[in-house]
Amino acid sequence: MSQALVIVAHGSHLNPDSSTPTHAHADTIRETGAFDEVKVGFWKEEPHLREVLRTVESDEVYVVPLFISEGYFTEQVIPRELRLEGWDVSQWDSDGLSADHVTLTAEDTGQQVTYCGPVGTHESMTDVLVRRAETVTGDSDVGDGFGFAVVGHGTERNENSAKAIEYHADRIREMDRFDEVQALYMDEEPEVDDVADYFESPDIVVVPLFIADGFHTQEDIPEDMGLTDDYRKGYDVPADVDGHRIWYAGAVGTEGLMADVILERAAEGGADIGDALELVRERTRGQQTVEV
Amino acid sequence: MEESTQFAALRAAAENGPGVQFDGLYVHAGDDDYDRDGGYTFGTPEGERSNLSESEFHAAAEEYDEYVSNWYFWTHVVGGSKLKGGVDVGENRHHRRNFLRWLELADQTQHDVPGRYEALRGGLTHEWGELQITATLGEEGHRVYEIRHEDDANTPTDELETYTDPLDIRELVKYDERGQYRPLKTAPTLQTGWVLTDLDQRQVFDAVDDVVYPATVVNWNLERHGELDVNHWEETIERQSGIYGVIETWNRGDGHEHVDWVAESCCDDSQCLKRREWEYDEETELDADGGDGEFPCREPCSLVIAASRKWTRLEGEETQTYEFELTESEKEQIEDIIDAVADGRADDIREADIYEGANRYRTRFLRAKRFDGEGNLSGTPTQVDEQEGHDQEDARDGHDEEEHDGDD
Ligand code: SF4
Repeated sequence: MSQALVIVAHGSHLNPDSSTPTHAHADTIRETGAFDEVKVGFWKEEPHLREVLRTVESDEVYVVPLFISEGYFTEQVIPRELRLEGWDVSQWDSDGLSADHVTLTAEDTGQQVTYCGPVGTHESMTDVLVRRAETVTGDSDVGDGFGFAVVGHGTERNENSAKAIEYHADRIREMDRFDEVQALYMDEEPEVDDVADYFESPDIVVVPLFIADGFHTQEDIPEDMGLTDDYRKGYDVPADVDGHRIWYAGAVGTEGLMADVILERAAEGGADIGDALELVRERTRGQQTVEV
Repeated sequence: MEESTQFAALRAAAENGPGVQFDGLYVHAGDDDYDRDGGYTFGTPEGERSNLSESEFHAAAEEYDEYVSNWYFWTHVVGGSKLKGGVDVGENRHHRRNFLRWLELADQTQHDVPGRYEALRGGLTHEWGELQITATLGEEGHRVYEIRHEDDANTPTDELETYTDPLDIRELVKYDERGQYRPLKTAPTLQTGWVLTDLDQRQVFDAVDDVVYPATVVNWNLERHGELDVNHWEETIERQSGIYGVIETWNRGDGHEHVDWVAESCCDDSQCLKRREWEYDEETELDADGGDGEFPCREPCSLVIAASRKWTRLEGEETQTYEFELTESEKEQIEDIIDAVADGRADDIREADIYEGANRYRTRFLRAKRFDGEGNLSGTPTQVDEQEGHDQEDARDGHDEEEHDGDD
């Protein structure tokens, strides 16, 4: 039986770069040869979630949502649009962070679909955040003298989104690698606007836990932090803010190592991926971030 | 090497059960069938030889090598075989195989295999949206495909940007000729000037069905076999949740005029190359023309849904009566401007062409004369909430929709 990987993501009608990381991670995984087919499906682009499964020839499909947290999309929109028969969110038995996978049948194609939890809540996402810090500073040992801020939306829209931020911030803290680690939010305290107040370290790496760069990561956050007074003028990396040097990394989802998280999700769901994980970890190291 | 692989595969297939029956080729081994008395049987529309020794069988296969390589290509390279009464008719739902066969007219004409090979040598061309796809014959029965923009049909290949990997045109098809993002992949705005060459059977499918016009081949094939699942406006709107749940409230009473306007605005062939197959509901057809694209549209797409959300809000407003002072020419000019924008012609109107109502100078003159300091036409206030408030709300709304859609 052949197996396929389908990465599903939001996409955008307005921002052409929104889907770029999704395609790039699919390419990385495709090159490992671990799956007979690697496809992508979107909510706002084509192929649409509604039709992506029918473009897959394999009967065994692993679907990994390229989303940051559990919530409306992973629980309602994706299973509904993929027509996963008998889906019920209780099958994930999740506390908001622990969705792993469930195997169901796609109603229109008859395929066996293993529907995995989102990448954002997977433990290996912590490594991607750290890799992102290495990439933006150009230092594979970055940590000493550095603070680390993980940035998210906050709970206003989805309480699970804040849970994911806390979860990874805690895990980075436990690594004991950075001098200070702090979760910051866009629409609640502690706010990203006051980033300098939350750190004593002279250098701060700021990594938004977002899948793609867009309005929030390219316009809002840089302006809120005071990296620039107008996002159109761009900003320096690092930029000086209130006596700190801010290393702003942009969306973590553009980091090449994200492909690793996608693979781990699929492998935990039962996909046979051979040595693809090692290949991906090797190939994405030192690799230029996805161009967006 | 390849030929002996093909022959070995044919011999194995001949010895397996009923043997081979495909595209006019008939091959069988053993004596457990009909009144044949052992050995191999090798038949084509040109005649049948039976009771063959292995070397005679080999000789026949070499003589009719086109039948053999054709069989090998479809069964061992493309796949999707399905036997019906011993004949390989292919799986209905093997979309790639069905598309590839259509590309070489395999099931549409009476050509036998040599006739089809002859045609392939000259190149068989089909149009798919704005694409021109050409199938030709490669080595040992393999097919080779080329894809370019139909407007480049007569452009020498060496004047086009050449690519050989479908993924290499992913960025190119993302933007139109002016560098604008194409959110709708089936909009008739593909750039020209490129060609994908040397594609194998899987690459040509991927290029069309994954990269340029996603899922169009699969839906076209489902439709050909009477299995396309069309979801009409009503049921699609009903399925929506979150910020799109509101669209349902746009359907009031029995009328479907509003959906006609949506279809006329978005789905017309001038805007989208899919042939709209969805209607208001199972019983109620829309008046707007569905178009004559090769491939179907099976439900309102995400762009139509997003636009309809906005229209649902706008159409909830009551009409007002305004009084404007305009000359006859000014009224016509406003109509010209609306037409020019709606038809995407505004950018093409020449700078000094003041005969066009939508010319920039003409339009600036109209604004200078007829707008007051607040931007009100003829100084007539809009009266609803301040215009500014509206605009800001709109901008925020657009971002919300794009980035989290109400949640996440
Ligand atoms: S809904 Fe209309 S615009 Fe959208 S893909 Fe179908 S035909 Fe095209």
